[in-house]
Amino acid sequence: MSRLLEVLGMSAGYGLAPVLHDIGLYVDSGEVVAVIGANGVGKTTLLRTIAGIIQPSAGRIAFDGRPIGSTPAHDIVGQGLALVPEGGRLFPFMTVLENLELGAFNPSSREKTRTTLDEVMMLFPILAERKTQLAGSLSGGERQMCAIARALMSRPRLLMLDEPSAGLSPVMVERVFDMLRSVVASRNVTVLLVEQHVEDAPEIAQRAYVIERGRIVKTGSGAELMNDPDVQRAYMGL
Amino acid sequence: METLLNVLVVGILLGGIYGLVSIGLNLIFGVIRIVNFAQGELVMLGMYGAFLAYSMLGLDPYVSTLIVMPAMFLFGVIVQRVAIQPLQAESSMQIFATFGLLTVLQNVVLVFTRGEGYSVATKVASFSIAIGEIRITGTHLIILIAVTAISVLLHLFLQRTLMGKSIRAVTQDRQAARLMGINVERTFMVTFDIGSALAGLAGALIAPIYTLSPGIGDNFILAAFAVVVLGGLGSVAGAWAGGMIVGIVEAFAGYYIDPELKQAIWFLIFLLVLVIRPTGLSGQVGAEEVGFREQS
Repeated sequence: MSRLLEVLGMSAGYGLAPVLHDIGLYVDSGEVVAVIGANGVGKTTLLRTIAGIIQPSAGRIAFDGRPIGSTPAHDIVGQGLALVPEGGRLFPFMTVLENLELGAFNPSSREKTRTTLDEVMMLFPILAERKTQLAGSLSGGERQMCAIARALMSRPRLLMLDEPSAGLSPVMVERVFDMLRSVVASRNVTVLLVEQHVEDAPEIAQRAYVIERGRIVKTGSGAELMNDPDVQRAYMGL
Repeated sequence: METLLNVLVVGILLGGIYGLVSIGLNLIFGVIRIVNFAQGELVMLGMYGAFLAYSMLGLDPYVSTLIVMPAMFLFGVIVQRVAIQPLQAESSMQIFATFGLLTVLQNVVLVFTRGEGYSVATKVASFSIAIGEIRITGTHLIILIAVTAISVLLHLFLQRTLMGKSIRAVTQDRQAARLMGINVERTFMVTFDIGSALAGLAGALIAPIYTLSPGIGDNFILAAFAVVVLGGLGSVAGAWAGGMIVGIVEAFAGYYIDPELKQAIWFLIFLLVLVIRPTGLSGQVGAEEVGFREQS
């Protein structure tokens, strides 16, 4: 296995307000890794910084061995790193199909738009049915699926997801995670996801990090963290 | 009946002019949501561009569009870099900046022309077709054809091409657009520049039917905002129809009510539409807020 993503001593924030301090984490090829933490501890900021939306104020981010800490977001996608933002953030006044086409906008995936589209439609049959519908009219679950499918259109090697379960009913959460599992299996992607609900994440993740007030405080396998009394007390209400 | 038809034709031709001068704004305000008060001055510069090409090179204004459009594209690059881009995060400041630009451009042109009114001649002016009693001049006919053709092309560009889609994506969600690999800053710049080039084209095409003056843009800017909003922000077909509505209403109000009130009447209709249907005639619900919300 090789290090696909490596973050070392990274700090980041908005303007003068630092959110993340001295973050260190890694994701190996083929892994599914979760970052768990309560609301407002910096999970979203972490993913945004890796994706290039925010520039880190210190530290190093390397993707596939290459530093990407100062690469603008629109160039990072082309290197094989895609982020599904919280809530999906689809383009509401565009059709599902147009959203998917834009997912393959970057030059390295644009030529393969047709092929990727067919593959993605196979994975998400519901999107094939809805393809001429405006994205803004989709239900919460469909929206999340469409956002994941849109990210896959860029043919990423690392797929990052910001709270894919947020705002979904338990049944829908189950379906989205099932979907994610089949995506991981069939498309050979590595996954880094951020979750608030600790009980969902370990099911799918091999390893997890726990983040508190902008710092990583614990790390271990999914099962280890599930059985950790501190984690249970803090995130599972036990 | 004859009069009615006559007034209608006058209205349609006027609508063509309103539609044409609104096309650049349709892209700049309708699509990327930059409130550009200097849009009328971009049209004005296009008119003077046609005049310069005519007086210095002897070019027909229709031929001069080949020079005026690229020149106004470049002018758009400068304006966007200097006045618009630095204020991208503060859209209300952008409005003031464009207002400042309006004043500067009018006065610079005033200095050079010393208030003298120029006109541009074209061979097309002597050509006209007759429908019954009504004569339509070639210059007006070209405007009508141009506004329709450009509207169709602009619509296809925005709806069908990947670049057009990326422009719409940037308006709807900047951050998600970045995540797609779209260079947001460059998209804004290119869209503004195309809008400026289209304003220049409009200026060159209407130059033969006006006496050029530095303040002529004021005649267009309010109407252009009304046309773009009336049609529905971001809807090219809507803006075409908006231009026609403004032109036809003006012609009828001017003839049947009072020439003094002709513009007041369509402005009243515009206000009514804003109250009853803020998305415009063919806009999608909620679309009027897109691009104006805080975007992180």
